[in-house]
Amino acid sequence: MVVGRMITSLTAEKLACARGDRILFEGLSFRVEAGQALAVEGANGAGKTSLLRLIAGFLSPREGRLLLKTPEGESSDSDERAQAIGWLGHHDGLKPQLTVGEQLKSFAQLYRSTRDTDAVLEELGLARQKDFPCRFLSAGQRRRLALARLLVSGRPLWLLDEPFAALDKDGQALVARLMALHCGQGGLVIAATHEPLGLSNASIRL
Amino acid sequence: MQLLFRYANPHAFMRLSGALLPFTAAATILLIAIGLYLGFTVPPDYQQGMTVTMMFVHVPAATMAELAYGVIAVASFFSLVWRHPLSDVAARAAAPYGALFTALGLITGSLWGRPMWGTWWQWDGRLTSFLLLLFVYLGYMALWNAIEDETRAARAAAILGLVGAVNIPIIKFSVDWWTTLHQGESIISGKLAPVFLWPLLVMMAGYAFLFVTLWMIAIRTEILSRKARTLMLGGP
Amino acid sequence: MSAFRALLGRDLRLAARSGGGAALALGFFALVATLVPLGIGPDVKILARIAGGILWVAAVLAGLLSLDRLFQGDFEDGSLDVIALSPLSLESVALAKILAHWFSTGLPLTLISPLLAILFNLPPGPTLVLFISLLIGTPSVSAVGAIGASLTLSLKRGGLILPLIILPLLTPAVIFGAGSVAALMDGMQPGGGLILLAAFAAAACLLSPFAAAAAVRLNLGG
Repeated sequence: MVVGRMITSLTAEKLACARGDRILFEGLSFRVEAGQALAVEGANGAGKTSLLRLIAGFLSPREGRLLLKTPEGESSDSDERAQAIGWLGHHDGLKPQLTVGEQLKSFAQLYRSTRDTDAVLEELGLARQKDFPCRFLSAGQRRRLALARLLVSGRPLWLLDEPFAALDKDGQALVARLMALHCGQGGLVIAATHEPLGLSNASIRL
Repeated sequence: MQLLFRYANPHAFMRLSGALLPFTAAATILLIAIGLYLGFTVPPDYQQGMTVTMMFVHVPAATMAELAYGVIAVASFFSLVWRHPLSDVAARAAAPYGALFTALGLITGSLWGRPMWGTWWQWDGRLTSFLLLLFVYLGYMALWNAIEDETRAARAAAILGLVGAVNIPIIKFSVDWWTTLHQGESIISGKLAPVFLWPLLVMMAGYAFLFVTLWMIAIRTEILSRKARTLMLGGP
Repeated sequence: MSAFRALLGRDLRLAARSGGGAALALGFFALVATLVPLGIGPDVKILARIAGGILWVAAVLAGLLSLDRLFQGDFEDGSLDVIALSPLSLESVALAKILAHWFSTGLPLTLISPLLAILFNLPPGPTLVLFISLLIGTPSVSAVGAIGASLTLSLKRGGLILPLIILPLLTPAVIFGAGSVAALMDGMQPGGGLILLAAFAAAACLLSPFAAAAAVRLNLGG
């Protein structure tokens, strides 16, 4: 069973990424271990999102490699890595026509997760909106639902693109709490962000 | 394969094609001139009379139209498997000429058929297949032009190129099935008298050299324009 | 399997709730079938003769209507990233989307085709052949269409170039489908055409998930 698998560490060795003829970054090395968070900072267009997409395996690096260590062994295969990743992208990935409950339930099944989706909605303060189609949600509520989906995925390696975007103070505190909790349970977090994560985390600048 | 890759390097290709171009161009002119001369001096066919001359322009065009797609298919395969940038350029450069030969095949086929059928267009199996092939070419070129990002356009076109390579024989087969169903009759069939064979072969060779010449020029132009763009953008 | 069903169920629900679903395709199909006699004239002999061809062409065009959004919606709102990281392979994802598309266009079209055949005065025998040919042939429209949809998923105006790419590739389906109806009208056996159609559809459904998955993978890198 892949879901819930533990990760010991993720190591990047001399990564280089190019879009077309333009090189975004090169010689990038870092290491994130179980329970750690890494903030990826940098100006717009510096390649923060590209780095996340590269880790997710959507992009392939021009040079270098990514090494995922688990108690069972290590692998640099992007398909195997993909099965460890919980993704919170720049876009929420929600359908206006589907209700909050339907949306989360279908993703739980898609990810073969056994988490109780109602409990997660409760945790994120969306229990009352469960039967509302997503088009009635505010931007902040949509972000919370995307976070709920991340929790439900049960994946150990979180890749977050601007996790604080569109959230109010309460929402931002919630994200910080969820990340701390995830790290506390031995998970890994890599977040592209403009703001401090509010954790005792390492950071790299692109 | 190693040898192939050595010449598939853009620099090596520029050198090699630069040296070959004058010869292929000369061969094209010579072969087509001889072919046309031979073609116009053949004895009239007992069935078709002098319209048989049209065969020497039509049949090679039709053959090259299909061969050019073969080139695209092979280049697409190379592009997807080995991610070779030159094969992208080669596939893209072949398409307009493939379409051109297809159009030429259609026009000459229609001119050839006119005295036989009494109409400019007949839903003849071969002509119909070539009309569809022309649309396949147009779709392929449209996809290339529609995607802005060059690497992405190249990979997408390569996927479509291979899908087309699987599908084109099926299309041909289905059109043949369709003509037997509707009892169409092709003028472009039957045995070829040996007097006609030589001019036809010479014209085929001439068309092949014409395609290779045009194709190499198109690849060279694309390589040079990419180089120029990289220089202007100050990239690697 | 449950992951596959979850994605299929989600896409079917989406198709039902957004305007691009079965109702739109059915309306288009019925309208084309109504317009053609108006353009050609009410001669029942001619109409019966061309019914198979017209309804097949209309079915293919109706299938195209919602095709450009097959992957595009999920691509634009970020769902496709989340789906791509799920345990399902992209090939299975493509197959689920092909099935969802067929359930919301090809299948309903097939079901109302006998009704439209009445408008064309098509005799019962050929109507049955038309029904069977649409039933086994329309999956190929969704399958081949998925290739085009995945290749153009990042294009703002992908809907315009999509027909140009896939209609030539779909000619065998139209030829075999309409051809088997025409064969029966001419007193020949329709079986050969139907078998060829089934073979084409089976090959399309088997191969296209791989091509579509490759195209999706390439666009995710964008």
